[in-house]
Amino acid sequence: MAIREETRMLLESMGRLFEDLCTKQVVDAAETGIFAADLWQAVSETGVPLAALPESAGGADAEWSDLYAALRVAGRYSAPIPLAETMLAGWIASSAGLELADGPMTVGPVRASDKLVLTRDGNGWRLNGTASRLPYASHAERIVLIADGPDGEMAVSLEGSAAPTPEKGKNIANEARDTLVFDNFHVATAARLPNGVGRAALYRRGALARATMMSGALERAMDLAVSYAQERVQFGRPISKFQAVQQNLAVLSEQTAVAVAASNLGIQSLGCGDVEREEFQIAIAKARVGEAATLACELAHQVHGAIGFTKEYSLQLATRRLWSWREEFGSDPEWAAKVGTYFCSKGADNLWQILTGD
Amino acid sequence: MATPMFRFDPVELPPEAIKLRGEVREFIREHKDAMGFTRGEHNPEFSRAMGKKGWIGMTWPKQYGGHERSSFERYVVIEEMLVAGAPLSAHYTGDRQSGPNILRFGTEEQKSYFCPKIAAGELTFCIGMSEPNSGSDVAGTRTRAAKVDGGYRINGSKLWTSNAHNSDFAILFCKMAVTEEQANDRHAGATQFLLDLKSPGVEIRPVINLLGEHHFNEVFMTDVFVPDHLLLGKEGNGWNQLTSELSFERSAPDRFLVFFQMLQQMLRMAGPDPDKATAVALGKLISQLATLRSMSVSIAGMLAEGLQPNNESAVVKDLGTRYEQDIPVVARQLFWSEPEQEAIDLYASMIARTTMNAPRLSIQGGTREILRGIIARGLGLR
Repeated sequence: MAIREETRMLLESMGRLFEDLCTKQVVDAAETGIFAADLWQAVSETGVPLAALPESAGGADAEWSDLYAALRVAGRYSAPIPLAETMLAGWIASSAGLELADGPMTVGPVRASDKLVLTRDGNGWRLNGTASRLPYASHAERIVLIADGPDGEMAVSLEGSAAPTPEKGKNIANEARDTLVFDNFHVATAARLPNGVGRAALYRRGALARATMMSGALERAMDLAVSYAQERVQFGRPISKFQAVQQNLAVLSEQTAVAVAASNLGIQSLGCGDVEREEFQIAIAKARVGEAATLACELAHQVHGAIGFTKEYSLQLATRRLWSWREEFGSDPEWAAKVGTYFCSKGADNLWQILTGD
Repeated sequence: MATPMFRFDPVELPPEAIKLRGEVREFIREHKDAMGFTRGEHNPEFSRAMGKKGWIGMTWPKQYGGHERSSFERYVVIEEMLVAGAPLSAHYTGDRQSGPNILRFGTEEQKSYFCPKIAAGELTFCIGMSEPNSGSDVAGTRTRAAKVDGGYRINGSKLWTSNAHNSDFAILFCKMAVTEEQANDRHAGATQFLLDLKSPGVEIRPVINLLGEHHFNEVFMTDVFVPDHLLLGKEGNGWNQLTSELSFERSAPDRFLVFFQMLQQMLRMAGPDPDKATAVALGKLISQLATLRSMSVSIAGMLAEGLQPNNESAVVKDLGTRYEQDIPVVARQLFWSEPEQEAIDLYASMIARTTMNAPRLSIQGGTREILRGIIARGLGLR
């Protein structure tokens, strides 16, 4: 079944852009805490970050499936920019009719245990609570958050410079993960969210973003391992000629294929209009990709030997992200528990019927 | 990226396949009690009923008894049958690989004779590949065919021949004499025949497996005469034909649904509100299953495009058997039971059967190591 022509062209152009502009030097520099502004600018000019929005809101009515496919390319290149976060922030803010930025945005809460509360204060609102480890919050022009309002979930869109000073943090790939604490913080505008848009939807679409980026990072790790094994000579021949190494690479390629297929399963659910199906297919995606990443990282490093353990060599750009992303927006055990709980609640006799969906 | 990536495009089943699923489920409901399903049982009556429905040889040309339906429709029929534990073994090998191989390499006469009978569920095939000294190394076959007047004389033996005792024909892989120049070519002289198992000189002896069951056989051939018209393809082209046959074998969606009923039983035992550890363990298995299934549908999509997804099939088979072998491992961590093959307690008997059957899954149809070798070749490493 052929991939749509538009999708193919988008992915090719994103691939070229990242190949040229998302070099190891750029990623290394971003890891020191300096925002990759040139890379962001170039990505922003493609229109991809806000492409899912309706044309009336400055978007292109693009298919989410295409945008997730673009996230896979970003993951392949370890892109140190909040592309997924900006896509999701734009989606939440425009759904609520709130302001957006052209620049980098972030979105939250990203942790299920965080709680934000909005209360009325004259014509405005007071925001209380903590949004932990928001990706790139200290670099974001806009911070879009979902909080519990008096009559259900509401969204707010804060100017980055006007938000409380973040407590800076980072994941093990040195991507900014900044915590914002709101203590009676004044917000002028808050807006109700339409049906189907809210914290649960944000959490699962964030999980799918990470799963898809992980599938891209695994493609990179596999590509490096296969190429390296063909170049590295020991005992008088390339190590790729040894069966033990071939078997490891075969398993690595299997796990990579699994990650792509599992994330696609989540992506396929996006347009189905059935929230329950979207929830369990994305749960399957994050659970399965996380499991695949654990084994694949181990094998990619094993094939590389000592060189893969250095900062100079690129493998770690992929594996440190995989080890970070597998925990973000819910770990694979957390999502696996949701899968197990869901299917147990439906009963053994309905397992197959639900999986096949017809 | 320099490295070839295996292709698993996301594929949605087309409406005709979805529609067919309802029909298949209805058929299974009707036949379930009457026929007494047991895993893999040889049940010619059931196979004939499937033949009547047009569910064998589904993708073959109508001219040869087929039904010219899509790979997706075939996929749906097979997965529903496997999940229900339907008894397919009287027609499955013929449907999956012997028929397609005959259609590809056979003469007009062979196609017209064999394929309609397979599609009707009236002719059972088995696979004559493995030998005592030629398992994974199929090219090392020692069974010999010599040209004689009007046909060939065959001597040798096959081993691990599943269902030979219930089969009418085997596609036999053997070697013919080679020239001196070809002596170092391990694939030279390889030839396939359609062997009538009732031919004089064929003797079939059971090999009982570790469950105490009779599936395997040893097939001895002593001066067996095979007439010219039962040569399959060309003399010396057997290796090429066998590779094609194996790719039919491995692309079927039957490598991750063998223990499905055990997974269901585990869900039943977990109940509607399992604890966290149980939910995680079952959720992992279901996530693996769902992913394997989507990869398998993807393969059906490639078959529908006329591609031969050999690498992708090897990937799914290797991952599928790993998943299946994990099922009894996870089961015994969650729910204790002493395994007993014929226990009245369903779980005790299922854990006995899955534990004992698990080792064969990563051996039959290409061992795990052979499959990974194929994948490594696909990656350009060999």
